Amino acid sequence: MPTTFTLNGKPVTSDAPGNAMVLWVLRERLGLTGTRFGCGVGECGACTIHLDGEPVQSCRLRLSRVEGRAITTIEGLSEDRSHALQQAWIEEEVPQCGYCQSGQLMQAASLLAANPSPTREEIVDHMDGILCRCGTYGRIIRAIERASAVNAAPAGRTR
Amino acid sequence: MKTRAQSRRTFLRQAGGGLSFALVFGPAGLAARRAGSPDTLDALMGADGPDGAAEHPFGAWVRIATDGRVLIYNPASEMGQGSMTALPVILAEEMDADWDKVRIEHSPVEPGVYGRSWGGGRGRGGSMMTAGSMAVRGYYLSLRLAGAQIRRVLLDNVAREWGVAAGELTTEPGVVVHAASGRRITYGEVAAFAEVPDELPEVSEAELKSPADFRLIGHSVPRHDVPAKTDGSAVYALDVQVPGMLYGVITRAPVHEASPASFNEAEVRGRPGVVGTVRLDYGVGVVAETVEEAFAARDALEIEWAGGARAEGFDSVAALEAYTGIADGESRGRPLSERGDVAAAMGAAANRYRADYFNDYVYHAQMEPLGAVASVNPTGDGAEVWAGTQAPDMARAAVARELGVAVEKVTFHPCYLGGGLGRRTMADYIVEAVKLSRSVRRPVKLIWTREDDLQYGAFRPMSLQRLTGGVDAGGTLTAWTHTVVGDGRGLLASGISIRYYDIPNQRIEMRGASHGVRTKHWRAVGHGPNKFAIEAFIDDIARGEGTDPVALRRKLLKGSPRAIAVLDEVAEMARWGEEPPGGRARGVAFVERSGTLAAGVAEISLDEATGKIRVHRFWCAADGGMVVQPRNARAQIEGGIVNGLSTALVERLTVRDGRVEQSNFHDYPILRMSDMPDIEVRFMPSTEPPMGLGEPGVPVAAGAVANAFAALTGRPLRHMPFTPNRVLEVLTG
Repeated sequence: MPTTFTLNGKPVTSDAPGNAMVLWVLRERLGLTGTRFGCGVGECGACTIHLDGEPVQSCRLRLSRVEGRAITTIEGLSEDRSHALQQAWIEEEVPQCGYCQSGQLMQAASLLAANPSPTREEIVDHMDGILCRCGTYGRIIRAIERASAVNAAPAGRTR
Repeated sequence: MKTRAQSRRTFLRQAGGGLSFALVFGPAGLAARRAGSPDTLDALMGADGPDGAAEHPFGAWVRIATDGRVLIYNPASEMGQGSMTALPVILAEEMDADWDKVRIEHSPVEPGVYGRSWGGGRGRGGSMMTAGSMAVRGYYLSLRLAGAQIRRVLLDNVAREWGVAAGELTTEPGVVVHAASGRRITYGEVAAFAEVPDELPEVSEAELKSPADFRLIGHSVPRHDVPAKTDGSAVYALDVQVPGMLYGVITRAPVHEASPASFNEAEVRGRPGVVGTVRLDYGVGVVAETVEEAFAARDALEIEWAGGARAEGFDSVAALEAYTGIADGESRGRPLSERGDVAAAMGAAANRYRADYFNDYVYHAQMEPLGAVASVNPTGDGAEVWAGTQAPDMARAAVARELGVAVEKVTFHPCYLGGGLGRRTMADYIVEAVKLSRSVRRPVKLIWTREDDLQYGAFRPMSLQRLTGGVDAGGTLTAWTHTVVGDGRGLLASGISIRYYDIPNQRIEMRGASHGVRTKHWRAVGHGPNKFAIEAFIDDIARGEGTDPVALRRKLLKGSPRAIAVLDEVAEMARWGEEPPGGRARGVAFVERSGTLAAGVAEISLDEATGKIRVHRFWCAADGGMVVQPRNARAQIEGGIVNGLSTALVERLTVRDGRVEQSNFHDYPILRMSDMPDIEVRFMPSTEPPMGLGEPGVPVAAGAVANAFAALTGRPLRHMPFTPNRVLEVLTG
């Protein structure tokens, strides 16, 4: 049975089996490859997306669970890298290999949406599950702080 | 003889079949829908300049469009280290290109044109492998010369056009200037009429810019790849899709290199969506229409493995313990370095020291699991491949060998690498994709799961390091021996040399073992384990002699003022002479790697109840010669330190009954944000040629932490990683 949900603000329908993981549906069937496959077991966070505004790991999310719900991926964070976090990521030159950064950004966006001015402890606590092999953690923290400072009102496009 | 500059369109037309296939089926189709298209898009689309302006080649490295845009080819793999930006910066500097008009693409995979010499000299051709922190170091001179040659061609053309002497012309970024007449002409305008000789004019090193005149080198231009890595549009191999593509997964031998004796082939082939199964020497592959069907079919595989693999029954914990016996044994290993008379110096020593250090296997854990897309053509005599690799030239050759065809029959598309760390110098995963595609005669995306990536990895070898030292009555370290035991040959030897330390009598040797577990270069290779042991042992001696660890190292480094300056710098950064905050202690380490000298200080505390070490701060000073991209270079040192801390504190891979015991990040942890210290990095000012900065951060970490621990507790840590259990054993032992 097809599954219908909202993807980055637009309605979509997928014929993939209901037990398919949303990560692979997004990447291989819907062509949104910005959400990355890192571990497949919810341990690294590279596949983090927003489901009704909450960060979830799409490698463990079955398609049947998203019927009628709203998904935001990195491609929907902004249309033109204008989200305060994306700007801060560029300013702080956060990415190295870049592979984890979609997940880092989506996790960070969910933090700022709920808590526009987090403390450093709150940042670390919220971000701690998202692994980065290149060791960009320090720059991620600085970028979130930068985005939170310029972002007294939470950034627009994440829901 | 001179030829009119060839336009890009003509070039593409002449390039023939392989490239036209890419025009149709490349990742461009997928990526073109997105803003911020990847750097290979223009090439795949076959346009001239981005806005249709005619683009003219100036030798192999650069094309200049009539609108002034400059395309510079990047020959190195981009795995996060940033050389995709640093290398074009080097060329653009001498060419005096306007950086705002530069765009960057991966160069063709032609090592004879775009390779580098291993020594970093001006020799042409060679290797396109990105490893060993060699990219900037290896291309620095040749790309400066290439840039200067292009500038010379531009000047010669303007001189001829204007009827003035070339010597009267100068350049500003993107513009040729004739000061005497006040005339100016942009590089794009020159490109429209330029005649480019087949062989660009020779330029000598003496004609290159003085570093004082650099506009780009040392000024940190923004990294080219960063924007595409903030919106998901950067294309890694796993992102590539081509029409008609199938999905492949492989069950590899649970014991490395074991062969499948039989498997339930008919049953698996009958499953939904399955297009084919492929028997490999060390596994069985499944190809299916969808990724879900491929995974499900693989789950249904029942494989009988043949016995006889070398690693059968292997137990890494027991084997590491047994290394002690190998070190104790009478038989001498392979000598790596010998100097003076160690036996005599040791005999005459007033104090003698000895310690054994251990390192477990370490896994690469690059965040993007391995994978590749391959499309073998229907007749099997050519292929198109998309992969992220540290050695595209070797991968292309390996694919050609697999198919039994000339390399020209293999079209290779380099993708971004979701991390390399040395694992992607191997081409195993790329050849696998080719085998699957050849078997089904359709394009296949091969996906390694994290479990595949970890368990069929190729690891930094475990090792034992036995060190002995002799100090004479005057307090001078006069004798030194270092024996490394393990299975990994050259992987074990890197970093074992102590040539910066002035110790007159030395014997360094390696004793082998053989386990059948795959091993491979891992960021900084043997420097991680070796420098840990060396630096911890130096502190052992300093404690025994009642000497300050920085003072002892200064004495040992007396022949190298640059090394002493680095050590002094980090001591100042960390306020070495002052007491650390309560409950904390500091430790120092000095290393050389890839020509760079680095010193680090760690400040740690310890939870004595749990045994968990917390690293609060880390300072690092490095002398890597001239730093091309300082901001990115700091990021590389930071990242190296994080990798080094990760191996020092948490990373551990073990093999039991021949099988890797860990499977994913839940039982093979890597350093997390909550473990992250504040890191401060400084580079020593220098006008020397650049050295490697991708790796020196790694080996400086573990020794500094171990030495801080010893300063805090009086007890040495001698087995990496320093897990809480091991720390508690050391505290209570």
